[in-house]
Amino acid sequence: MKIHEYQGKELLARYGVPVPIGISAQSADEAIAAIPQVQKKSGVDTVVVKAQIHAGGRGKGGGVKVCKTAKDAEKAVGDVFGMQLVTHQTGPEGKKVQRLLIEQGLDIEHEYYVGMTLDRATGRVTVMASTEGGMEIEEVAAKTPEKILKESINPAVGWQDHQARRLGFALGLEGKEVRALGKFLHALTTCYWEMDCSLLEINPLVTTTDGRVLALDAKVNFDDNALYRHKDIEEWRDLSEEDPAEIEAKKYDLSYIKLDGTIGCMVNGAGLAMATMDIIKHYGGEPANFLDVGGGATTEKVTEAFKIITRDPNVKSIFVNIFGGIMKCDTIANGVVAAVKEVGLEVPLVVRLEGTNVETGRSILGQSGLEIVTAADMADGAKKAVEVVK
Amino acid sequence: MSVLVGKGTKLIVQGMTGSAGAFHARQMVEYGTDIVAGVTPGKKGAEVEGLERIPVFDTCVDAVRETGANASVVYVPPPFAADAIVEAAAAGIGVIVAITEGIPAHDMIKVKAGLAMDYPSTVLIGPNCPGIITPGQCKIGIMPGYIHEPGDVGVVSRSGTLTYEVVHQLTTHGLGQSTAIGIGGDPVKGMDFVECIERFNEDANTRAIFMIGEIGGSSEEEAAAYIKANVKKPVAAFIAGQTAPPGKRMGHAGAIISGGKGTAAAKIEALEAAGIAVAASPAEMGSTLKSIL
Repeated sequence: MKIHEYQGKELLARYGVPVPIGISAQSADEAIAAIPQVQKKSGVDTVVVKAQIHAGGRGKGGGVKVCKTAKDAEKAVGDVFGMQLVTHQTGPEGKKVQRLLIEQGLDIEHEYYVGMTLDRATGRVTVMASTEGGMEIEEVAAKTPEKILKESINPAVGWQDHQARRLGFALGLEGKEVRALGKFLHALTTCYWEMDCSLLEINPLVTTTDGRVLALDAKVNFDDNALYRHKDIEEWRDLSEEDPAEIEAKKYDLSYIKLDGTIGCMVNGAGLAMATMDIIKHYGGEPANFLDVGGGATTEKVTEAFKIITRDPNVKSIFVNIFGGIMKCDTIANGVVAAVKEVGLEVPLVVRLEGTNVETGRSILGQSGLEIVTAADMADGAKKAVEVVK
Repeated sequence: MSVLVGKGTKLIVQGMTGSAGAFHARQMVEYGTDIVAGVTPGKKGAEVEGLERIPVFDTCVDAVRETGANASVVYVPPPFAADAIVEAAAAGIGVIVAITEGIPAHDMIKVKAGLAMDYPSTVLIGPNCPGIITPGQCKIGIMPGYIHEPGDVGVVSRSGTLTYEVVHQLTTHGLGQSTAIGIGGDPVKGMDFVECIERFNEDANTRAIFMIGEIGGSSEEEAAAYIKANVKKPVAAFIAGQTAPPGKRMGHAGAIISGGKGTAAAKIEALEAAGIAVAASPAEMGSTLKSIL
C-alpha cells in the first residue's frame, strides 16, 4: 500500500525523523489559508507548494513550486490544485491533483538519497545512500552503480550506528552532520521495522546551511500482508489514487490488473495468469488484463471476476484458463454460467478447463445452453481467443 | 527415486483442525502420504472428520516424540505461521513445507535468519507454495495428485498452477517426475532454485530438470550460473511474465519488475547462455524438455 508524501512525513515525524514544517490541504482555500501559518511557524517567507499524488517526478511535471512570497504561493496553489499532473509514472493521461502540501523553504547545502527496501538475494533489508540526491535512483544505479552505498541489516542485532557512520563519512559528511545522520537513520530504520514498510525512500535528504539533516521528500510503502497489524495506517489509503476495477477486485480477494489489450483473461494462479498473457501475445493478441481468481474462489467470486472483465469496453473476447488444484473446475463452470445469466455475454467466450473435477465442469458448461467455445488445451484456447478478435 | 520426501516421510500437519488443513490432510492420506500427527495448540486429542486415526497434539515437540515425525506441513493462518515454522524446526523436523499465503515479509526475514542460525540443516519450502510431491510415494501440499506420474524428471517452480501445467504436459509426453517442488512466490522464502537443482543434480534417479521461473528478483539468473558450472543433466525452463508491464505486482509479492530489473527477457537470456532450453510458450514446456532428451 502507498501513502502520500505528507502522510509519510507525519509518520516519520512520530519516529523523530526531522521534516520541514508543513501543512496539508484538500482544497485550494485550505491551501491558501495554510501559507501564512507555515510562514509564521518557520519564520521564513519562502514556501513550497507541492502536489500530492502517488507518483514520482512531480517536480519535473510542474507539480512543485518554490515561492518567495505569499502572493506567488497563492498563484501557485491556483495553478497546481486541480491540474492534471503528468509525470513519467502517471501515464500520458496524468493524475488530477486533489491534495497539496504547503511547506517551509529551506537553505539547502546539499541533496542526498537515502532508501531502504527488502533485498531478496539476502533475505534482509538493505539501506542505500548516495550523493546523487534528487536524481532518479534507478538511473544512478544503471549508470554509476558505484555511487550507491549499501548496508545490510542483520535482523538479530538490528540497525547499528556504526553503519550510519560508515555511510555518513563515505558520503563526505563531517562531525556534526554525521551525528545528525546517525539519529536520522536510527529513526528511519525503527519506523521501517515497526510499521512493516516495504519501501522507505527519502529523495532528497538534505543538509542545510545551518548544519541540519532533514527529509525533504518521503516515499513510504507498506507490506500489504502486514496491514492487519496497522489498522490506523489503512485509514490513510487514498482510493482516488487506485484503479476502481482493482479496488472492486480486491473486495472479492481477486488479483486484477488492467492492461491495454482486447482479450480478457480469467485464470487461477498468478504464474498461470502471467503465462496466459504470454501465450496470448505469442499468438498475436494483446491481453486486456491480469486476473488471478486465486485458489479458494467461490462461485460468487468467479461471477464477480467475470463481471469485472466484461465491464472493460476494450474487451473483444474472453479466455478462461483454469487448471484446477484446490480450485475445482465445477466451481468455475458454475460461476461463469451464473455470471453470463446475470450480465449477458456480448463477446465470444473461450474456456479451457483441466484438473480437479474437470468432467463435472465441462458438463455444466455443455448443458448450460450458452455459446461457449471449448478449448482442448492452453494453446488451443489462446489461438481461438485471438482468432475471434481478428 | 526422489529428493527430500518419499516413502520414509512421516508427516505432521500443523493446523489440521482448520478447514484447509483438514481438507488437504484427507487428500494427502488418500494419495498415500504417511501422516502421523496433527498439531493445533489447545486441541490435543481432537478428532478430525475422516482423519480419526491420526492423533492431534498441542505441540510439535509432543508430536515428534510420540510419532517419530520427520516432516511438517504448515496450514496455519498468516499471523501465526512464522511461529509455527520455527516451532517445527525447534522440534527437530528436517523438512518444513509452508503452504500459508500472506505471511508478512518482516516475519519471514526473521524466520529465515533464525533458522540459518539455530537449525542450519532444516529445509524450509515456501511459504506461499503448492508444496512438494514425489509421485507414487508422498504428496505434501495442495497439488492435484492424479496429474503426476512416477519418473525421472525433477521439477522446480516459483508458481503453483503453472507447476500443474508443466507436470500435466510432461505426463502427457510420457515423462514422469522424480520429485516436483513448488518453492513459492514470496520474496523471502526457504529453498530457492539453486538448492533444489543441487539436489536434483545429485539424485541418481533424476535424469533431467525442468524449472519454472517468473519475473522479479534474480534467482533464475543465479540458477543459470549454477547450472552452467555444475549440471550435466539436460535442463529446460520457462519464464512467466514476458508481457508483464513494469511496476505492477503480478499477484505474487515477488513478481514485479522494478527499476528495469527482473525482466523475463534478461532471465531468458541468462538461461539460454547457460545452455538451458527455454520454452517459447507455456504450451510447449513438455515438448521442449522432450526435444533435448
